[in-house]
Amino acid sequence: MSIDTTLPVLKPTDFASDQDVRWCPGCGDYSILAQMKKVLPTLGVPREKIVFISGIGCSSRFPYYMNTYGMHSIHGRAPAVASGLKCARPDLQVWVITGDGDGLSIGGNHLMHAIRRNLDINIVLFNNRIYGLTKGQYSPTSPLGQKTKSTPMGAIDNPLHPLSIAIGCEATFVARSIDTHINHLGEVLKRAAEHPGTSFIEVYQNCNVFNDGAWDYAKDRDTKADTTLELQHGKPLIFGKNREKGIRLNGMTPEVVELGKGITEDDLLFHDEKSPEPTLAYLLSRMRYEDGFPEPIGVFRCVDAPRYDQLANQQIEEATKKKGKGDLDALFNSGDTWVVD
Amino acid sequence: MATITAPSPNGTAKPVAQLEDATVRFCGDSGDGMQLAGTQFTNTSALAGNDVATFPDFPAEIRAPRGTKAGVSGFQVHFSSNDIYTPGDTVDALVAMNPAALVTNLGDLREGGVLLINKDAFDKKGLEQAGYKTNPLEDGSLNKYKMHAVEMTKLNRLAVEGFGLSQKEADLCRNFFAMGLVFWLYDRSLEPTMRFIAQKFGKRPEVAQANTASLKAGYNYGETVEAMSTQYQVAPAKLPAGKYRNIMGNTALAYGLIAAARLSNKRLFLGAYPITPASDILHELSTHKNFDVLTFQAEDEIAAMTATVGAAFAGEMAVTASSGPGIALKAEAMGLAVMTELPMLVINVQRGGPSTGLPTKTEQADLTQAMFGRNGECPMPVLAARSPADCFYIVQEAWRIAVRYMTPVIVLTDGYLANGSEPWKIPSSAELPRLEIVHPVEPNGAEAFLPYARDERLARPWATPGTPQLMHRIGGLEKQDGTGNVSYDPLNHEHMVRTRAKKVALVADDIPLQTLDGPEQGDLVVVSWGGTYGACATAVHKVQRSGKNVSHCHLRHLNPLPRNLGQILKNFKRALVPELNLGQLRMILRSEYLVDAIGYNKVQGKPFSVAELVEKIETLLNK
Ligand code: SF4
Repeated sequence: MSIDTTLPVLKPTDFASDQDVRWCPGCGDYSILAQMKKVLPTLGVPREKIVFISGIGCSSRFPYYMNTYGMHSIHGRAPAVASGLKCARPDLQVWVITGDGDGLSIGGNHLMHAIRRNLDINIVLFNNRIYGLTKGQYSPTSPLGQKTKSTPMGAIDNPLHPLSIAIGCEATFVARSIDTHINHLGEVLKRAAEHPGTSFIEVYQNCNVFNDGAWDYAKDRDTKADTTLELQHGKPLIFGKNREKGIRLNGMTPEVVELGKGITEDDLLFHDEKSPEPTLAYLLSRMRYEDGFPEPIGVFRCVDAPRYDQLANQQIEEATKKKGKGDLDALFNSGDTWVVD
Repeated sequence: MATITAPSPNGTAKPVAQLEDATVRFCGDSGDGMQLAGTQFTNTSALAGNDVATFPDFPAEIRAPRGTKAGVSGFQVHFSSNDIYTPGDTVDALVAMNPAALVTNLGDLREGGVLLINKDAFDKKGLEQAGYKTNPLEDGSLNKYKMHAVEMTKLNRLAVEGFGLSQKEADLCRNFFAMGLVFWLYDRSLEPTMRFIAQKFGKRPEVAQANTASLKAGYNYGETVEAMSTQYQVAPAKLPAGKYRNIMGNTALAYGLIAAARLSNKRLFLGAYPITPASDILHELSTHKNFDVLTFQAEDEIAAMTATVGAAFAGEMAVTASSGPGIALKAEAMGLAVMTELPMLVINVQRGGPSTGLPTKTEQADLTQAMFGRNGECPMPVLAARSPADCFYIVQEAWRIAVRYMTPVIVLTDGYLANGSEPWKIPSSAELPRLEIVHPVEPNGAEAFLPYARDERLARPWATPGTPQLMHRIGGLEKQDGTGNVSYDPLNHEHMVRTRAKKVALVADDIPLQTLDGPEQGDLVVVSWGGTYGACATAVHKVQRSGKNVSHCHLRHLNPLPRNLGQILKNFKRALVPELNLGQLRMILRSEYLVDAIGYNKVQGKPFSVAELVEKIETLLNK
């Protein structure tokens, strides 16, 4: 993205719309909104060139609170709306705001196809592992056994893992962050915005009303060093309060090891976000707290690939170059014709 | 009827009968190339100056078991020296490539009609598959026709010998042999089809040569064999002066979209998902990218529609094209389009329903879906094309309405129009209406931009992303008029519901008054819409010629209806509404105008025949 130096310098408040924010007090969405408003002025993209598209759900109210262009569309369809918009106007910076229900349940198909097309859009999925707006039913990311309004005896369907899905669709940019981890979140959003191609970001977001504490293990000051692992490109996978633990590969299976006692950093798995094969990124996405692993945050994967919006418009240019700009009369008169006097 | 004249202009010794018009149907297995045969014969007839109307009829299965009745594919061509509007009720010449094709199509051949049969296909297995107990070629059951049982398979193989084709490939040329025979029968030039062969098979010269040889062999067979005793000629029609081409509905529709985009200075965005019988619109448009056309084959119908909404928001001429089942899936997103008040077109090439229904057959049973098939009060203007060439004009009209009123617009066509064809008097682009679209560049309110401020037509401004100072948010939640902010206010909601309804109703000020074919008052008016235009017009003309008082009122605008329609209906004692559904327009007319409209309804996946309409009209007139 080129920076237009003639632009006035924008502040986070410039990105606030005149609408009252109506999330529940204490909702993790506030923090994500704040980080977004902080990041956008640093990108050098004028406000009118930015569009937020959302579906339905608490997170999908997001566009109303941004003083940019926006559409609060219908349930699950934001990636498809964004696809049409971005194909039509590759010059716009397009953000999709979705949630675990919106993006993975009703809109799973669109999410999958937007990602595999690698349109140059940024998809932020707020994962709170619950349906908030409809007041507390379990979502496709709710853990097995979770008791909710619609699962009084516990959820019996195996949850989806957003990043595993995104990597399965060969997303070119995949990242994870946490609502309250504000600096980290800001950094991830910035990198997503700068990535040409579909950026997919999962944000652990607390719904303090219907699923409070779902991510406490990853957010809690006392535990987060042991339960999360900050990925850094080219660096070994190390975590723990004293950076005393690491991840080693045993064949294709990751394992947690203690550093020292004969194990050095060189024995650990080194993170390579540029790896053309998504295998390692996938493996990282399968490291889960309940299985005794720290959950990686940061950028899992960041590779270059052709973008649908670019290619679609290139084909138009190529066709025009080859055949000349379409001439209506030539078109109408194509094929066999005859004259009646 | 035929008058015999001699000698034949092409020098053969056989007598030539002059006909006003004729209807030929090619039918055979779906792998027999009958659609191609029909198309070629149509184009050649059109080039010879006839008015033509066609009716392709093919099975939904791509390859039903060979030789079975389920696999029969047909193509009917009506060509005439007069104006015609229908592919013909009965068939004058039937080409049947196998017993299954014969048994399923013979009922439409008139007594004394010509029957060209591939004798080689009438073996034990073929007869059994068609359910024949005895061989109809031998049991005398075909005596009332001019039957020619020709060993097409054998003769064709002989004709292509020496081109190095396998037997399977050789048999693929057989449709050209049949074509050649029909070309001789109606004294048609082989030139256009030979040109087509050269173009189509240019990369495989041996195939091109073989097909040409088959075509000529069929023609020569007709010329030489004594049993083929009469040749027929249909003189050129007296069409208005001008340059013509033959055009199918889906092609005309695609051209219309391209023209509408160009003439309104827009890029064209098509969001679509493959569906019969609408896919050809996607295919056609995807070959015209040099007209600034972007085709997006979406992952499903819903994505096709929502991507279209996205492209409309972006400021493009956005269109989605589908058929009934696809439109059902789009319904929620069409509601979003209504709520966001963005201009776009939703095209429904109707087919037999409900559910998957009859994918390849025609019907007009999606009118109520178009009118009412969405949640909430969700009005959209609805237009319907009346003929294949009209598809070209109707989408331009629809786009004009969409932009002037900032609303999604539905265009209905049907399988019959989509795949049928007629001569099209080629317009010059200079004479087509231009459309000026203005996007705001400055705030319209004292303090801020008001995305839902309205003009005299109640249309809101179409501000597109990228425009400084006009940043705004739209969406599916109810909007406060003016600001476009989310509003749950009860009175605002009622105001908005009424405003959206009124806006669509206002379109009536902007469309032509309804015209009538026939006297302005009288005993009976036939009210039709969509693809039944040809059959209804022909039937009404026929009855009018017999001196009776009947008029025809054909609607292109279904929502809103033309302002004077109510008065027109009052001027007649009775109104007859023929429809290929169970009475959908009739229901609308009854509720709108409190008239006791009479229905004539057929849901067989087939168009009306002129004869059945004439009979119905006459029965009503004699009452
Ligand atoms: S319901 Fe939950 S997710 Fe929704 S706004 Fe309230 S706290 Fe946030």
